Amino acid sequence: MIDAPSVGLLSLFLASILTSNVLLANFLGTCSFISISKDFKSSMGLGVAVTLVIGITAAVCWAVLYFIIKPLGIEYLSFIIFIIVIAGVVQMLEMIIDRFSPALYMALGIFLPLITVNCAVLGVILFMQIRKYNFPQAVVFGFGSGAGWWLAIMLLASIRKKLDSNNAIPAGLKGTGITLITIGFMAMAFVGFSGMIAVQ
Amino acid sequence: MNPILIGPLTVAGISTVLALIIAVLDKVLNNYGEVEISINGGEKKLQVKGGAPLLSTLAAENIFVPSACGGRGTCGACKCRVISDVGPHLPTELPFMSPDEIAHNVRLSCQVKVRSNIEIELPRELFSIKKYKTHVEKIRDVTHDIKEVLFTLDSGEIEFVSGQYVQLVVPPYGDIKESAQRAYSMSSKPSDKKHVELLIRLVPGGIATTWVHKFLKEGDTVELVGPFGEFRVHDTPAAMICVAGGSGMAPFKSIFYNLYETNAFPEKDIWYFFGARTSKDMFYLEELRELQAKWPRFHLVAALSEPSPEENWAGDTGLITDVLDRYLQTVIPKNDKGWEGYLCGSPGMINACINVMKKHGITEDKIYYDKFA
Repeated sequence: MIDAPSVGLLSLFLASILTSNVLLANFLGTCSFISISKDFKSSMGLGVAVTLVIGITAAVCWAVLYFIIKPLGIEYLSFIIFIIVIAGVVQMLEMIIDRFSPALYMALGIFLPLITVNCAVLGVILFMQIRKYNFPQAVVFGFGSGAGWWLAIMLLASIRKKLDSNNAIPAGLKGTGITLITIGFMAMAFVGFSGMIAVQ
Repeated sequence: MNPILIGPLTVAGISTVLALIIAVLDKVLNNYGEVEISINGGEKKLQVKGGAPLLSTLAAENIFVPSACGGRGTCGACKCRVISDVGPHLPTELPFMSPDEIAHNVRLSCQVKVRSNIEIELPRELFSIKKYKTHVEKIRDVTHDIKEVLFTLDSGEIEFVSGQYVQLVVPPYGDIKESAQRAYSMSSKPSDKKHVELLIRLVPGGIATTWVHKFLKEGDTVELVGPFGEFRVHDTPAAMICVAGGSGMAPFKSIFYNLYETNAFPEKDIWYFFGARTSKDMFYLEELRELQAKWPRFHLVAALSEPSPEENWAGDTGLITDVLDRYLQTVIPKNDKGWEGYLCGSPGMINACINVMKKHGITEDKIYYDKFA
C-alpha cells in the first residue's frame, strides 16, 4: 500500500542526523535551539526530550496517517490531526515519565510540555508523510532526526560556553547575534556531510 | 458519508480517543494505593490515599498547614520539612526558599505529591488549627465593592490574636467544580470568641470573592479554617506606622479596637494611613474619627488619591505612599522609641510602602505584613 523509498535503515538514520539534520539543514525548531543552548545542562534535557518525542510521535502519526487519514481521504486535515496527536502523546509521555522515572521527569522539567509547540516535531512528521516512509523507516527517521537535533544543540551549547568567556566579541553582537552567525557556520560545516549519503 | 462531515468527525474522534487514553492513564498511573504519613518522628501516623499534594492530603485529615493562596504555589506559606526523599526542589518552590531552607529539606506542601510513605515535621501548634462550622449572621455593603460579613460560630469558641487570618472554604458553585480556600484577615475583636468578621472586596474573576458577593446569603452555612498568621502587634515601645488600602482595613480594625479595649502596649503611638481612590471607596471613616477623638494616641490619616471637586474632600489627597512620605518627613515625631511598619493591602501597595519606609530609616525586619497573592 505504501510506495516506500528504497533506502537502508542505517543510512537513513545517519542521514537524518548528519546530511539532512532537521536543525542545520532544514532550520526547524530554531527558537528553542537558540534560547536553551545558552545552558549546557538544559540543552541536554531538551535534547533527550526532543529525541523521545519525535521518535514516538513519528511512530504514532505514521499509524494515524495510514490507518485513518489516507483511508478516509482527508489528507487536507493532516496538519491539524498531527498537531492534536503530538499534543496528546506529549501529555501521555509526561504522565508516564512522572510515574516511572521522577528523576528523568525532574531533569526534563518544563521542556517536555514545551516540545508540543516545537516545529521540529511537526516538521519531521510532515517529511515522513511527503517522503512516503514505511513504518520502520518512519521510526528510524524520527529517532534519527531527534538525535540530530540533540547533537546540534549540544554542539552549539559547547560553542556558546566558549563564546561567553571571550571578551573580543563586540557588545552589539553578544548573545543572539553571535549565536545566529555561529549557527550559520555550523550549517555550512554540516553541508560537508552532504556528499556522504543522499536521502530524499 | 457526506465528505463535509467526515473531516470534523475524524478530528473529534481522534481527540476523544486521545482524551480517553489520557484519562485512563491518569487513573491508572496516579493510583499509589494506601501510604503512610508519619509526622514528627512517628508522633502522629496517618493512613492516606496517595497521589495528591501533601497540603490537601493533610487537610483531608484535619491538619491545616497555613496557605494563603489555597495550593496554587504563589504565596509560599505552606512550608514544611520533609524528611523522606521526595526528589529535588521544583522550580515552583525555589523562589520561596532560602539556601538554608533548601539544605534542611523545607518544601512547599502544596507542590510535594504524596507518592509513597513519607516522613514530615510540622510545628505542634498546627494541630490546634481547627475547622469551624459557622453561619452567616449579617452581610453589609461598606463600599460599592467591599462587603462586611459577620459569621457566627455554630459551636465552640475561636481563640486568636488580632491581625491573624482565617481561610474561607468556598464550596463548588456555578462553573467552579472544586472546593477552594482563600485567606481573609479577621476584622472582629479577639474578645468576641463566638463571631468572626471579614471584609471581602470583589475581585473580578476571583473565585471566593465572586461567591461571597454574588451567591452568599444571610443564614448560609460556611466553613472557616484557622487561625493562621504571624501578623500582630509587636511588644516594643516603637510607634506603629500602619498603612492599608481597601479590604486591608480588616486586621487593623481588629488591632485598633482590641488595643483600645485592653489598653495593651500603652507606650505605643499609633498612626493609621488609609488610602482610597474616591470617597466612594472610603469606609469606616466616622467610626475611626470617633475612635481618634476619644483615644489620644491614635492618629488617623485618611487620603483620597483621585477626589473629584464635588466631593468636598477635606482630608489629605494623593497616593497613600506620597502621603506617608510627607508625614514621615514632617509630621510624625522622631524620638528614641523608633518606628515600626505594619502593612496590609495589595502586593503593589506593600512594596511601594516598604520602599518609602526604608527611605525613612525603618529597617526591613521592623516592617510587618501578610502578602496574600
